Amino acid sequence: MSDGRQLYQEVIMDHNKKPRNYGVLADANRRAEGHNPLCGDHISLSLRLDDDLIREIAFQGETCAICKASASMMTANVKGKTVADAETLIQEFRDMATGKLDTLTQPHHLGRLNVFAGVRELPTRVKCAVLPWHTLHAAFHETASATTESGDF
Amino acid sequence: MTSALLPKQTAAALDVDNIRADFPILQRRVHDLPLVYLDNAASSQMPQAVIERWVHYQQNEHANVHRAVHALSEIATREYEGARDKVARFIHARESREIIFTRGTTDGINLVMHGFGRAFIQQGDEIILSAIEHHSNIVPWQMLCEEKGARLRIIPMNDAGELLLDEYEKLFNTHTKFVALAHVSNALGTVNPVREMIRTAHQHGSPVLIDGAQAAPHMAVDVQELDCDFYAFSGHKMCGPTGIGVLYGKAEWLEKMQPYQGGGDMILSVTFEKTTYNAIPYKFEAGTPPIAAAITLGAAIDYLSNIGMERIAQHEKTLLNYATTQLRQVKGVRLIGTAQEKAAVLSFTLDGIHPHDVGTLLDLEGIAIRAGHHCAQPVMQRFGVPATARASFAFYNTYTEVDALIVGIHKVQKVFA
Repeated sequence: MSDGRQLYQEVIMDHNKKPRNYGVLADANRRAEGHNPLCGDHISLSLRLDDDLIREIAFQGETCAICKASASMMTANVKGKTVADAETLIQEFRDMATGKLDTLTQPHHLGRLNVFAGVRELPTRVKCAVLPWHTLHAAFHETASATTESGDF
Repeated sequence: MTSALLPKQTAAALDVDNIRADFPILQRRVHDLPLVYLDNAASSQMPQAVIERWVHYQQNEHANVHRAVHALSEIATREYEGARDKVARFIHARESREIIFTRGTTDGINLVMHGFGRAFIQQGDEIILSAIEHHSNIVPWQMLCEEKGARLRIIPMNDAGELLLDEYEKLFNTHTKFVALAHVSNALGTVNPVREMIRTAHQHGSPVLIDGAQAAPHMAVDVQELDCDFYAFSGHKMCGPTGIGVLYGKAEWLEKMQPYQGGGDMILSVTFEKTTYNAIPYKFEAGTPPIAAAITLGAAIDYLSNIGMERIAQHEKTLLNYATTQLRQVKGVRLIGTAQEKAAVLSFTLDGIHPHDVGTLLDLEGIAIRAGHHCAQPVMQRFGVPATARASFAFYNTYTEVDALIVGIHKVQKVFA
């Protein structure tokens, strides 16, 4: 089975049907919107930060299965972590998805998020996987929105 | 998917197997599976004879056109102008000088926006577009409206994706100055009754531009019979190369219009005080044109003409009917665009599955379709979907490929089941 198909079968069966942390936090103190203008996909993140700690996080949006699963796994992973640790994951996830980080041979903290390495086989879909992470980065930096088309993506 | 559903072969039917042998790319495999190419509305493939025409030009004929007195320049000019003559015959223009080579449909529409719109549209004027337009036939007019203080009026459509002609008539008033319409919708496949719509516009004194990008590759086009004022289309959607397109314009309009771009070839004389523009069509072809692409488009037109546009249209129609019947039998499919008059475009959604996931999973089966908003976001909004999956057919597609698409869709649904 190809990595691309495997990615679908592993993440969709679980996270697409039962996304974790789906919804909007009423008491959020950070929010950000993510857009992929190429496909019209849209995701919104709401977070409650206690100092440096991600106490709560939720996402909502109209997206493809890859983006939804990525957002679901991201929220599950960063909840309870510090902003600094989450930033490390953001960087590593982006590097993995774009092929700069080989999770088989190089050290990383991605754990099960490693399944998204398969998205490299689907170059046109890398942006779908990375959009939630980009949006999380925007939320930390209190920029209201992120887009897949910005230069630093 | 039984052969009983296949239409009876007639004497005039296409020998698709033979035709497919003309296309090297159709022989290749994708993800180690036979390529099923169903993204023809985005771009079509090129047969060997057309590829060879490009190679022959570069190997034997290349020089700049309309300039030097040497032999190669003369040959290149003759072939380039010969391609213009072929285009003129292909769409039944009165004369070759009504044919302007452009970069593509978008470029042609922008040329009319600049050359006609900026010269003749004024504050308070109105431009009529339809609800099914591609962004390329919306955005240039929006830019013009912003610049001039003019406004857009939009012809609405029904749930099948057909324009409401009664509403269209009601949009005309003394402010109406221009109408821009797709001949065939790229997102829905709707074939608009442009001949009648052009007549209506002319009764109200408005010239009409037709975006023919999705029509010229699939049906016989006669610009004199349509009586359109402008007709734009692209080479790469009709077995030609990218980077070349055609704008037809009635000579009387082209004469009155201002140039689009300034530069070489579009002038008669230049001083720092004043430039005298060249005659049409050269007035609109500033700089060195895409010579090789234009000549190769000429070869593509020869190829299509040898098959015959009527036969192409007939084959695609039977293919569309077969594919529509098959797709309707798949549970959870919603067809977007069910007009009576349709080109071979099937836009659809699958319940609970994002079109991009459909596109990716079909791609893993070797099946190339388009997923997205098809540069027609107002159409998507009208149908309440962010995007659709779209299979679009050409004359080289087969019933077997339709069957592969249906099997592929079942597999996609299984992943999400």
